Amino acid sequence: MLDVAVSYNRYRFLGREFLTWLWYRLETDPNLAASVDPAIGEMAVGNRMVLENRGPAGIETVTIKGDDPGLEEGQTALQKGALVSELSLIFTSGDQRWRFTLKGESLYITGLKVPDTGPVETEADLDGALLEKAALVERAVHLIEGLFSRFIRIRISESWQTEALAGIRKWIGS
Amino acid sequence: MGLMSTSVSVSRFRVEGKLEAPEIETVAKGLKENALSEIEDAAAEKTVGWTPFRSPYRPLFEDRSFVVGEYLVFSLRIDRKSIPSKVLKKEFAEVSATRLAESGRPYLSRSEKKMIREEVAHRLILRIPATPNLYDLVWSLDRQSVWFFSTLKSANEELETLFAKSFRLTLVRLFPYTMADLTAGLSDTERDLLERITPTPFTP
Repeated sequence: MLDVAVSYNRYRFLGREFLTWLWYRLETDPNLAASVDPAIGEMAVGNRMVLENRGPAGIETVTIKGDDPGLEEGQTALQKGALVSELSLIFTSGDQRWRFTLKGESLYITGLKVPDTGPVETEADLDGALLEKAALVERAVHLIEGLFSRFIRIRISESWQTEALAGIRKWIGS
Repeated sequence: MGLMSTSVSVSRFRVEGKLEAPEIETVAKGLKENALSEIEDAAAEKTVGWTPFRSPYRPLFEDRSFVVGEYLVFSLRIDRKSIPSKVLKKEFAEVSATRLAESGRPYLSRSEKKMIREEVAHRLILRIPATPNLYDLVWSLDRQSVWFFSTLKSANEELETLFAKSFRLTLVRLFPYTMADLTAGLSDTERDLLERITPTPFTP
């Protein structure tokens, strides 16, 4: 394996490409999340998105936020060569809901809100609540890893250029 | 933001290496030997160690309550002392005025001022209580994974150092490249392709 610091810097673009691909896939394939975790009902972009355009003149950033963000502005930024650098996401399973933000460069999960765990009144309750919370965090981690794994397999394959990128370009231009 | 907070931030790690058997006992030993020491060096600006999730202000690992089902749950505690700059400025001004009067000279040299600042800082640090910061951690031995509930760079670096010292295991932070390399299940051929990829323009 490459040195960690070297690989972090050399391949930091992969996180931004992943988030951009993810946005495109969420917009065009409603079954994407369920293909990783069949119990997931719905997955969508949440209330915040940051796009970055890294050019010779520096980094231009566009932030879109709000309960009903105007994503056309994001597509306009993509048309100018920007990629998604932060993406807030929501997914549901039954009547439960998860919310979190993914940072492109590090793929840190921030602001993760999982469904409520049971009340803690005794020591035994705490054990149960910890297990429940860990399982709920795991659902989000598993989904992110599954989606990233899917992306990276496409990204290193020949179909990246011939199919995936062609689809993304068409979507960006639509 | 701890594990049980309403909103959490997570950095993820892959655990590389093999724990000595019996694994739980090895972890317990590492936690006990590297628990935060309350009998700290009074002049230390920072103290770092493990503490139980259930009793973060009583850093003793007397039982196996850090084992929760398939997970190991405990916390990293970093106690820091920081002198408020205005307090430092006030004490420095007072000591400087006294020294100046004693010397009979119109001013103090740069080295004298530096020495006074160091003396004052040392004296203040002994009097100031440390502020404890807690960062929870969930370790799955089966999956060789650690979730650390903070994305603060300094806390993550302390975690990596203390984890290696305590358990003789390496934590590899999961970011796009390491996720692709370690968790995506790629073959050797696919890994070679991964190393060769370069950024793609998404616009024609």
